Amino acid sequence: MSKIGLVIKREFDSRVKKKSFLLATILVPLLFPAIIGGMIYFAIQESKNAEQEKVYVIDEAGEFNFENDNKYAFEELNLGLEEAKVAFTESEAYALLYLPAIDLANPAGIVMYAKKNPSLQASSYFENQIESQIRDRKLKSSGISEEELDKLKTNISLSTINVSDTGEEKASSAGVAYGIAYAFSFLVYMFVLIYGTQIMQGVIEEKSSKIVEIIVSSVKPFQLMIGKVIGVASVGLLQFAIWVVLIFALSAGVFAIFDFNPADMQTAQESMSGMNGNSSAQAAIMENSKVGEILNVVYDIPYAYYISVFAFFFISGYLLYGALFAAVGSAVDNITDAQQFTMPITMPMIIGFLGTFMFVMPEPDGNVSFWLSIIPFTAPVAMMARVAFGVPAWELALSMGLMVVGFLFTIWMAGRIYRIGILMHGTKVNYKTLLKWVKTNS
Amino acid sequence: MHILTAKNLNKTFHQNVALHNVDLEIPKQSIFGLLGPNGAGKSTFIRIVNQIINADSGQIQINGEDLAAKHIGTIGYLPEERGLYKKMKVGDQLLYLAQLKGLPKKEAVQKIKSWLERFEASDWLNKKIEDLSKGMQQKVQFISTVMHEPELIILDEPFSGFDPINANLIKDEILRLREKGSTIIFSTHRMESVEEMCDYIALINKSEKILDGEKSKIKNDFKSNQFTLVHRGNGISTNETFNLESKVTFGEGLHKSTLKLLSGASSNQLLQELLNQKVDIVSFQEDIPSINDIFIQLVKGDKQNTPTS
Repeated sequence: MSKIGLVIKREFDSRVKKKSFLLATILVPLLFPAIIGGMIYFAIQESKNAEQEKVYVIDEAGEFNFENDNKYAFEELNLGLEEAKVAFTESEAYALLYLPAIDLANPAGIVMYAKKNPSLQASSYFENQIESQIRDRKLKSSGISEEELDKLKTNISLSTINVSDTGEEKASSAGVAYGIAYAFSFLVYMFVLIYGTQIMQGVIEEKSSKIVEIIVSSVKPFQLMIGKVIGVASVGLLQFAIWVVLIFALSAGVFAIFDFNPADMQTAQESMSGMNGNSSAQAAIMENSKVGEILNVVYDIPYAYYISVFAFFFISGYLLYGALFAAVGSAVDNITDAQQFTMPITMPMIIGFLGTFMFVMPEPDGNVSFWLSIIPFTAPVAMMARVAFGVPAWELALSMGLMVVGFLFTIWMAGRIYRIGILMHGTKVNYKTLLKWVKTNS
Repeated sequence: MHILTAKNLNKTFHQNVALHNVDLEIPKQSIFGLLGPNGAGKSTFIRIVNQIINADSGQIQINGEDLAAKHIGTIGYLPEERGLYKKMKVGDQLLYLAQLKGLPKKEAVQKIKSWLERFEASDWLNKKIEDLSKGMQQKVQFISTVMHEPELIILDEPFSGFDPINANLIKDEILRLREKGSTIIFSTHRMESVEEMCDYIALINKSEKILDGEKSKIKNDFKSNQFTLVHRGNGISTNETFNLESKVTFGEGLHKSTLKLLSGASSNQLLQELLNQKVDIVSFQEDIPSINDIFIQLVKGDKQNTPTS
């Protein structure tokens, strides 16, 4: 086995055989489906158990007509406002709606009384109801028949379809793209940071335990550094692969246990979003078509493309930052000293991460998004987000090309700092010293 | 035949000269003491031989060939600052280091087994380094240095951190390894072990080699032709053969005199002179300087010669 191979093997084995690795690798995938499954379970339970709330209505003109649904039961009171208020406070009712006789052109004086602050969902629900009824009345008063009014009511679900140059059509969904962008860029960010820090810790450990002098009498410092970077990366990739397999397997298991079907999902979604402004039959139709559409898009995702792009940016981003972390580890004597140098490394990562949320997600093809996804320090996170929304091939190629240049450059620079740094003990190092090391020929 | 020849080695770290025109020849199958005060340049020399750093100029040859990557397996190196992977098991650790030195796995496993047996440490194989005592760790470290049977073994302060029993054990191992054909370079400022074990020495001070050669010859060169005479009776009269440098009187009529031969005279002539004088000789011994004396004399003399800055 080559020497780099030996170093890779040691770095890999020593991490994979640790109990903490085993724990993290198994617990995280258990945790995700457990949390998601738990949330769905409770959402379903809550919507099943939810009691109808009573709402009193004083309709002075007798023009309004509220339909009971599974959340609210309406009861009209033929009392004056003051008496009704007393009756309301003594009752269990949730709210009291006061609808005075109003001027259609200028409706004013409608009040909702509640015992505690009503939720935004509840108040906007009542507002919508009242608004649409007033609108109906306005339409009627301008001579539109009941029949025509029913015809006017529409519910649409916008299907978005991507058309490629070749005329091929693919179902798409901004929501799904958003989810994928979020997931992939977050994963890249997290992995690079976690495993980059691990490299740094490994280097500091070797340096402070003084073993490094023995190792570099057999291996070139550069080989040791590269071996470490690759060894730690393989641990990360292995962990990621195990997570993906376990999460898929366990999620499937969780869905099976809860007998998860679209109807349940619809109720769950309804209760979670609190959106049932339409009658339940309409909602069911609408939600079903939405679910079907999302599933359609999810099945249509070019997984192979995403995963290979992800693998590229994960590995290249990791190499770029991992080399810098190795250089920092070599320059300091302990973790505390490392902090002053890790700041400038994590900064561009954080900028890339925040920039992805502020610019790339809302506007994937914007100017800032373009630059974030081209500059190697922010590209791994930003480009992963853009890829989910679709990105021109030349931009992807340019970004990848610069990524390669970027990590070759940081590895070269880190190697020059590393070879001197690992043999230095007790020297206070600043940026000037680091620059001097980069320039020194040994 | 020399296992290692260094010619005109120079190394500078940012204006600090670490080695200046250093020449060294290390004979095969010898124990070679590399002496010098802290910061003299010993470690720099050792690091260059171990190819950890490169010399700015000059040449190093191992067995007549220019130093190259293939010589890594020829050299065993025990640095002054000891260290092993704390969380790694003894067996895994030794195997890793042996493989890095180029030993095939099968052979390495066998060697590790026999070395641990030699040190009565076979049951350490699956213990983590951090669970061993400091002395045990040092033994593992020593094994890691010599297990691939290197032709050239470089030991930087080998006895620091060993208790006297283990230090003796290591001493015996070093002698045994030389018997088997290895050459040992010893970098130290502990003179008693140099006196005891080294065949050759070189003294480096302020980045320059100021002395080297066979130990016995160097000691001979530094003889001051002084003799210590313990005697009864007070009647030493000096003449053209010798001078009386000093005299100390003990109880019971015993005296200790330091005599210095004058040029041309031999120790036999001196003895003859003394026999003719009215003294009873109790003991007669030549004053041979210890390596320690030579070391201090040279390093101090060097300091006096250079203006203090």
